[in-house]
Amino acid sequence: MKYKSQKVAYWFFAFSMLLLVLQLVYGFIMGFARIGMDGLHEFIPFNTARAVHTNLLVVWLLSGFMGAAYYIIPEEAQRELVGVKWAYVQLISLAAVGVAAVVGYHFNWWEGRKFLEIPRQLDYLVVANVLLFLGLILATLYKGKRKTTTAMVLTMGLVFAALLYIPGMLPFDSQVTDSFFRWWVVHLWVEGVWELIMGGILAFLLIKLTGVDREVIEKWLYVIVGLTFLSGILGTGHHYYYIGVNKIWLVVGGIFSALEPLAFLAMALFAVNMYRKGEKKHPNKIALFWTIGSAIVSFVGAGLLGFAHTLPQTNLYTHGTLVTAMHAHLAFWGAYAMIVLAIISYSLPNMTGRKLYDSSVGRAAFWLSNIGMVGMTVAFGVAGVAQVYLERKYKMDFMEVQNEVSIHFVVLILCATMFATGIVMYIWDFYKHGKPTDEALDLESDL
Amino acid sequence: MLSKKQARAFFLGGTVVTFLIFIGLTIFSLSKSQDQTNHEGITEAVVRGKILWEENNCMGCHTLLGEGGYYAPELTKVLDRRGEGYIKAVLMSPISWNPNGRKMVAYGFTKEESDDLIAFFDWIGGIDLNGFDHIVSPLAKDKIERQTK
Repeated sequence: MKYKSQKVAYWFFAFSMLLLVLQLVYGFIMGFARIGMDGLHEFIPFNTARAVHTNLLVVWLLSGFMGAAYYIIPEEAQRELVGVKWAYVQLISLAAVGVAAVVGYHFNWWEGRKFLEIPRQLDYLVVANVLLFLGLILATLYKGKRKTTTAMVLTMGLVFAALLYIPGMLPFDSQVTDSFFRWWVVHLWVEGVWELIMGGILAFLLIKLTGVDREVIEKWLYVIVGLTFLSGILGTGHHYYYIGVNKIWLVVGGIFSALEPLAFLAMALFAVNMYRKGEKKHPNKIALFWTIGSAIVSFVGAGLLGFAHTLPQTNLYTHGTLVTAMHAHLAFWGAYAMIVLAIISYSLPNMTGRKLYDSSVGRAAFWLSNIGMVGMTVAFGVAGVAQVYLERKYKMDFMEVQNEVSIHFVVLILCATMFATGIVMYIWDFYKHGKPTDEALDLESDL
Repeated sequence: MLSKKQARAFFLGGTVVTFLIFIGLTIFSLSKSQDQTNHEGITEAVVRGKILWEENNCMGCHTLLGEGGYYAPELTKVLDRRGEGYIKAVLMSPISWNPNGRKMVAYGFTKEESDDLIAFFDWIGGIDLNGFDHIVSPLAKDKIERQTK
């Protein structure tokens, strides 16, 4: 750690870990409900559990991105963060909004729009919170000694993410138009600007971990984010095939979303090649595992599994089935969860001064969570494909099909248990690092 | 070999061009002449139904236009499939509707609220979904085919 103010990142990461645990708890509630064990139905019905599960994911990832920015930007800009106290205020207000939203979901207080369930009143607080965050980051960059491409791409991703929240707040009488602009937020976040954030964090980690020249890494970063937007913006069309808008989206969405895996392929090739090319062997092997792992798993989860149901001819049958859940789990895990866990694994020893590189708990956490998540993805996939055939081809009733595929949710729960064990071990490792301290300041080394 | 400057030009150029095309297509497909939803048919009851749909996060379990929670049935063609009476019974039920062992929250809607939701489903059911309307609810399709015969 080179600047004292980078320590603020630790608390954002700790908050992320707390929410991640809660997210898993609600995931289990849903998994059990799907095999008929819905004893909590009166207090936490499925729609509550689902809203909590997905919103906690979004908030813990955003908190992780914010932590990453608070860690990375001072180092890239070569100065202390502007207004450190405000960064703590921002964290507390983020936590307050998050808690209010999650509690509200248990009392039927929500907007009921998939992924954007946060009630309108809280939306304004989210906006204020994000503006404060961006203000601190932009002021630090502006006053900084240098403006690197890595910092610019990361910041651009965060600024665009904030701007794209606005279309989701527009009111419409038509369900179709409502859905149309909801995807401006959800799709353009996860298959657009969040990839800029991921790319920025990935570039920073590769520079630190492999020692490859910054100019080389940042050149390829431009190519990757270029491919992301080139395919991802018009790729939004794959959400518009069958919701009641013009057929032109079948063509545009089909072509451009078929190109979307290219950006993830480039990301994976980039990470692996930089690792091979690098002469510096950073001792923090766990961070390297998560970094390279994120690039590879995101290609499989977001790229390949996304492609598996993105063509209009396939999507006609898979739209609105568990096939989507299959893709979503591995995609979010690979692209966003793993990159946040990577930056945490990298920065934690630097902030706390405890160089617990390469611990056996840390390694086990990586493998258990990844194998568990792959197993979950397969379980969702088998259930989804069975659902498509039985319900859509053989015209069986929805609930009859659900009973047929419920065995796959037993497998899902078993794999999720393995996954959760990995996450608990990761958090145990996090806890063992202790608290951040000024004694961990290290102005000389380039680690 | 590609320079950093060229790479940046590729990023900025590609982004601006595709975003402009995206905006153009959005304006085109939401224009009146391209309407597939019978937008004029959105009555006050339909709007009230949509608000009820959102306030109770029905999408958290059900799917509509193929979007939602995959835990409960797709409701796009539900009126064709189940008929108004059945749906009203479900909506107004004071105890959890419990088909095949999977519980629905007992909303106990009033008659007026149920009428609004039915109006909403009726409007949704009339949307041209580029072919998905037939796939999503094969039973409805059979029923329609039988009627036309």
